Amino acid sequence: MKLLVCLSKAPDTTSKIAFIDNNTKFSENGVQFIINPYDEWYALVRALELKETLGGTVTIVNVGKADNEQIIRKALALGADDAVRIDLDPADAYQVAANIAGYAKSEQFDIVLTGKETIDYNGGIVGGMIAELLDMPYVSLASKLDVDGSSLKIEREMEGVKETVSVKMPCVLSAQKGMAEARIPNMRGILASKTKPVAVLTASVTEVKAGVSVFALPAEKTGCKMISADDAAQLVSLLHNEAKVI
Amino acid sequence: MTNLVFAELSNGKLRKTAHEAAAFAAQLGNTTAIAIGRADEGELQKLGAYGIAKVLHVANESLNNVFSKAYTKVITAAAQSINADCIVISHNSTGKSVAPRVAIRWNASLYPGVNGLPVNGTIRKAVFSGKAFADLTFSDGLKVVTLNPNSYKPVAGEGAATVENFEIAIAESDFDYTVLSIEDEAGGHVPLPEAEIVVSGGRGLKGPENWNVIEDLANALGAATACSRPVADIGWRPHHEHVGQTGITIKPTLYIAVGISGAIQHLAGVNQSKVIVVINKDPEAPFFKAADYGIVGDALEVVPKITEAVKKMRAEG
Ligand SMILES: Cc1cc2nc3c(=O)[nH]c(=O)nc-3n(C[C@H](O)[C@H](O)[C@H](O)COP(=O)(O)OP(=O)(O)OC[C@H]3O[C@@H](n4cnc5c(N)ncnc54)[C@H](O)[C@@H]3O)c2cc1C
Ligand SMILES: Nc1ncnc2c1ncn2[C@@H]1O[C@H](COP(=O)(O)O)[C@@H](O)[C@H]1O
Repeated sequence: MKLLVCLSKAPDTTSKIAFIDNNTKFSENGVQFIINPYDEWYALVRALELKETLGGTVTIVNVGKADNEQIIRKALALGADDAVRIDLDPADAYQVAANIAGYAKSEQFDIVLTGKETIDYNGGIVGGMIAELLDMPYVSLASKLDVDGSSLKIEREMEGVKETVSVKMPCVLSAQKGMAEARIPNMRGILASKTKPVAVLTASVTEVKAGVSVFALPAEKTGCKMISADDAAQLVSLLHNEAKVI
Repeated sequence: MTNLVFAELSNGKLRKTAHEAAAFAAQLGNTTAIAIGRADEGELQKLGAYGIAKVLHVANESLNNVFSKAYTKVITAAAQSINADCIVISHNSTGKSVAPRVAIRWNASLYPGVNGLPVNGTIRKAVFSGKAFADLTFSDGLKVVTLNPNSYKPVAGEGAATVENFEIAIAESDFDYTVLSIEDEAGGHVPLPEAEIVVSGGRGLKGPENWNVIEDLANALGAATACSRPVADIGWRPHHEHVGQTGITIKPTLYIAVGISGAIQHLAGVNQSKVIVVINKDPEAPFFKAADYGIVGDALEVVPKITEAVKKMRAEG
């Protein structure tokens, strides 16, 4: 099986969020970067498990500049075979999807795996765009993935509903919790990753369709009103009369 | 602007998110709705109350489940038939699988998960898991907007929409996959992302046997229940209740957190709630910093008192 995993770089979940250049750019000052959790824990690890049991290759694709090399190497250390970095600092999801689809078109992957969403942009749309550009079925929000001959059996978790589907390969999916368990790279993997190939491609699409004009931070909470544990009824009256939410 | 809104049906009824999307689109300009699959008698006419004059309906029962390809075909054909500039879809699981496809096929800009109407040529969405906002440049060309659930309050007015059949041929190749089974995990309750009020429990509840205090309060308030990640991981509660960075993101008007410490990864899933109440026995729990109202105390003693007070208030009307 030939698998493609789309990895994005994200600020560590505990990062302080601040902006520079008149609030047009995320401040990377002091920020630790990680592989976007959905991409790593679920999409990548499940792809590696399938390769280990069924054979095949796992290729990483990332749209980003040279400083993304660090997260690409980590994915290779976890067991991916090779990687492609498309050299562009993406300005929107369309740029990401169009460049990945442009690369994948001639490669004949059986499954293209993305994460459910990035934890910095929170779009959840790159996978669906790739599916349309490649004219493949799209299975979003997959929480379980098994291979069944030339088809995949996938569970999808949605608003209070679990759907089990059978989809023919090739296809695109977005992965969420449930699909696999996080792994930690071992020494052998880290050593091997240093010599695995990372191809750098020029971006074929640079059009921006929905770029960010400016960032803003939410208003600070004005402080928490404390209520005595003996007077729970007061909470209810505040929620009713003051906050007007019940 | 001429708009098309996708009004999602579930078991023959319009979803709450369909009302939100319809009212939002009607504010943007003249709006026609498209509905797909089985609709109960008289259901689609109700969209008139949200400013929709006409509903196009594809009453094809094989489309009762969502398929990204087939839905994309229907929605883009409907948009072309009315010469729309903008398509509005809810940013729920259906929207996430359909909207990106529609945007590509229609060659439009996609604005995912917006929180409100455009202002001065930009439209706002939450980014960095609720820790910031981005104002996206709202294009003059074709647009697809997906609206975050619980972000836009639909106000029902008067009027009934007219419903027209929309003819479109659906082929075998328009189905992404075959559906083997569907399991209803919410058990007929309001799905968590659509709930206005959510009562959530963490490890401070000590064990699944104590969840009746959470459920009693939720029932008294007509709320949905949620939990922190460790609670789902240990199996005290089902996984689909897990909110936060790795679980689901919710935006209720009221979030009541009981015995949850308020770790940053938990807050990422709930920090867009309008009002947050925290009940924790530790006055230093970080969650109080993100809360509007707080009670320091033992959950098993405090929560039943709140439940009683809610019942009393409801009984007195
Ligand atoms: C990458 C990553 C992703 C994560 N994603 C998520 C996520 O999506 N969602 C999530 O929730 N967590 C997530 N976590 C875990 C998160 O960091 C916390 O560990 C978790 O939220 C803690 O859960 P808790 O508050 O229930 O438990 P604890 O942190 O153990 O807190 C229990 C709280 O209950 C209070 N308490 C104890 N007894 C009582 C009592 N009798 N009455 C009242 N209060 C009491 C305690 O004072 C304490 O504040 C993630 C972590 C990582 C590293
Ligand atoms: N720059 C990128 N490079 C490669 N894959 C990406 C990139 N950005 C997003 N993706 C993939 O698309 C998924 C959804 O991203 P988004 O639509 O931005 O929320 C992510 O989980 C990744 O799998």
